[in-house]
Amino acid sequence: MGAPDLKQRVADALDDGSLAGALGRFNEAYVASRAKAYEGIDFEALRDQLVAIKGRAASRLEELAAEFEAQATRAGAKVFRTSDPEEVKRYLGKLCRDRGVRRVAKSKSMATEEIQLNAFLEKEGIQVAETDLGEWIVQLAGQRPSHMVMPAIHLSKEQVAGIFSREVKEELAADIPGLVALARRELREKFLAADLGITGANVAVAETGTLVVVTNEGNARLVSTLPPIQVAVVGVEKLVERLVDVGPILRALPRSATGQLLTSYVSMFTGPAPGADGASKELHIILLDNRRSEMARDPAFSQALRCIRCASCVNVCPVYRLLGGHVFGGVYTGGIGAILAAWFDALKASKDVQSLCIQCGACIPVCPTRIDIPDMIVELRRRLAKEEGHPFIQKAALRMVNDRRLFHGMLRAASKVQKPFAKKGMIRHLPFFFSGMTEHRSLPAIADVPFRDRFQKIEQPPGSTGKAALYAGCLVDFAYPGIGEAVVKVLNAAGVEVVFPEAQTCCGAPARYAGAFDVAARNAMDNIAAFEDPSVAWVVSACPTCTVALRHEFLATLRTEGHEDWAARAEALAAKVRDFSSLVKELVDAGRLTIEAAKDLEPLTYHDSCHLKRKLHAHVPPRQLLGEAGYELREMKDSDTCCGMGGSYSLKFPEISRPILDRKLDNVRATGVGTVAMDCPGCMLQIGGGLHRAGDSTRTRHVAELLAERVEPATPGR
Amino acid sequence: MFELFRTKAQAVSSEVHRVPAAGPALDLVLAVLDREGVADVRGARAVWCEGPILGGLVDQATLARRFPGLSFDVTRERAAESRVGITEFDWALAATGTIAQDATDPRLRLASMLTETHVALFRTSTLLPDLDALLARVDPRKARYLACVTGPSRTADIERVLTIGVHGPRKLVVIAVDGEIGVA
Repeated sequence: MGAPDLKQRVADALDDGSLAGALGRFNEAYVASRAKAYEGIDFEALRDQLVAIKGRAASRLEELAAEFEAQATRAGAKVFRTSDPEEVKRYLGKLCRDRGVRRVAKSKSMATEEIQLNAFLEKEGIQVAETDLGEWIVQLAGQRPSHMVMPAIHLSKEQVAGIFSREVKEELAADIPGLVALARRELREKFLAADLGITGANVAVAETGTLVVVTNEGNARLVSTLPPIQVAVVGVEKLVERLVDVGPILRALPRSATGQLLTSYVSMFTGPAPGADGASKELHIILLDNRRSEMARDPAFSQALRCIRCASCVNVCPVYRLLGGHVFGGVYTGGIGAILAAWFDALKASKDVQSLCIQCGACIPVCPTRIDIPDMIVELRRRLAKEEGHPFIQKAALRMVNDRRLFHGMLRAASKVQKPFAKKGMIRHLPFFFSGMTEHRSLPAIADVPFRDRFQKIEQPPGSTGKAALYAGCLVDFAYPGIGEAVVKVLNAAGVEVVFPEAQTCCGAPARYAGAFDVAARNAMDNIAAFEDPSVAWVVSACPTCTVALRHEFLATLRTEGHEDWAARAEALAAKVRDFSSLVKELVDAGRLTIEAAKDLEPLTYHDSCHLKRKLHAHVPPRQLLGEAGYELREMKDSDTCCGMGGSYSLKFPEISRPILDRKLDNVRATGVGTVAMDCPGCMLQIGGGLHRAGDSTRTRHVAELLAERVEPATPGR
Repeated sequence: MFELFRTKAQAVSSEVHRVPAAGPALDLVLAVLDREGVADVRGARAVWCEGPILGGLVDQATLARRFPGLSFDVTRERAAESRVGITEFDWALAATGTIAQDATDPRLRLASMLTETHVALFRTSTLLPDLDALLARVDPRKARYLACVTGPSRTADIERVLTIGVHGPRKLVVIAVDGEIGVA
């Protein structure tokens, strides 16, 4: 339904050259300034503190709101608590009528964006001036913020000059200091003329009834001082228990938001302070729930209430970087915006936005409150799928991936038909359900003989100690059987016998990430049964996505689908699962395997696969192993940024996948090496296909293939 | 600790001075008034919110004669027409180069937010390590409007280009005053 519209919006955003330029530069600068701001700070310890502070608050929202109300009321504020956005508007409408308010000055409040307060007030005949520079720009442009911290990040100075020129009816130059000076002059009048000021709050302290507001421009100080009436509209997720909780939040928020140690201004008000004329003024505090309490009770989503709106998640997001917040986001931008929209608006409202998440997990390590956005996005997909069902074609495709014989047969048939067009093992055009993906990358040829059949011909060495069961996964089994053979060779060299359980099937990742948990649960059960061999010490895979499924997701999927009876078996399997490089490192460290360092090897670079780095935390072992093999590693820029594959994402949004891939390829080329190593066959398909398509001779190699060349083959048994 | 404060405050574009006593602090404030060209013209005036640090030394009548346009009566209108605002702060935070103040008295806010140059004095002895230390000793139910200021007003809302002086001061002059209160 919304799909054509979404596609059009994606296309428009990608066409906007100034947007991509602005966001790209921002992304690069942000990463550096954030890192600098956190120098000398133990980020993990700070996260522990914040998770505890915000987690405790989220579990006691009702009590804290009541305590805040009591304290703020005692301090002289009027507190209005409501769960209904319409009631906020009615309250403010009445207040404005009663006090004859004609002009309102606002400092930033996302909660008022959420309930579209400005439109309401303007309908009531009240002039509303946003005073945060970015908010004022988007207000004048008739737009909404495209970023939670920098609302006008999508606009160039030329565009801002155009917007201001229309406002002041005077031709203005695209000179930033000049534009800022104009805003100062124009808005100063609005501050001084306002009858009522509206602020938000970054923290609300229950213990003392205090609101904490951070700004850099100083507009919240003016808004909270100059007009005779002050209103603060605050989401209840801003509540914390104690005053001492403010410290850790303000240690993280400016650093994560803008790379500052502290914002220029931190204002803490407790009840109404005397106004500009010295007389006491009115302070109204509106605590808005709008389904936050309901969210807090949902185990899958309560973590989202820990969000302190620093926007670090979108600042590092490769999709946001391309599309900006008007396409990738609602009122709140990026992945977190999709989640909040599903609650504050409606589940359906998140449908388009959530589909844009590529699941790379770049946002996870930077979140100061350890929110796992990709995980919640998957849960949204599951609920959307339950509510709406999957499109038939998608369901059919997911089922086909499950049936190994059918899947390989179809892939091979397709591959055979296209054989004349296959070039150096790559197929340019594949008449298949994913033919759309060949636009920007070539596909690997489908092996005539899948790995599962090749495996039968490999003789296992005698006298092995320890047995590993190999989990191949689709790509190793059907497209890159050579990787499977390399894995067997390396493990055999360490005296490990390898077995290949025939009944293994798809890991269920495609189904799970599409929200089809019933299909994923079926996969989990089939695989658990297939690998239940007590004589097997390790279950190893050369695909990090499959490894994550086996090690972390089977249990979660089965539990979500109500198969608690499978939990113990899923845990038993998970304990044995290793990614290839981590297992080999274990074997090397145990003295069971020697990697023979070669001299005069060509240097190479290494690409970190999303799942290996951020879910398995195994970015060190492959680098160490390649070093032991004698390779000089020339690190590329942003080695752990997604390659744009994202499984079926590259089929659904090839137009987004491609520029993400292009950036990766640029970073690979900048190292000047001839080989890019990685641990993931999915990334190989994406990066290798992109290089091939571009006519680039740089090779992609799996770490298993590189190591297989540097081990002494095991003596075959007789 | 002061050197940390100085480094952090300068990193956010504050002008930092340290003087041995209130007397030299007063001289410094007057030098700033001179430097900024304070005059009895709309936009070039000055407001001075007296406090305990310089309180005993300020001869209002003499200073008002020396600096036409300088007023000790801080009103909204007066502050809005002023180029320089002078206030005293209660604490400073070393880790972030921040000055902090119980700004419940609205004159403190008016003089420090509507002017272009804000001169802020604090006692060096009130320097604290960080915000946590401040929150441990301040009860916001008493200090009802607690203001922390870290450098001049700034924005990066247009193309992320840092621009100083949006709604608040363009310059922040911080003067740390050593010695005891009331000792010139």
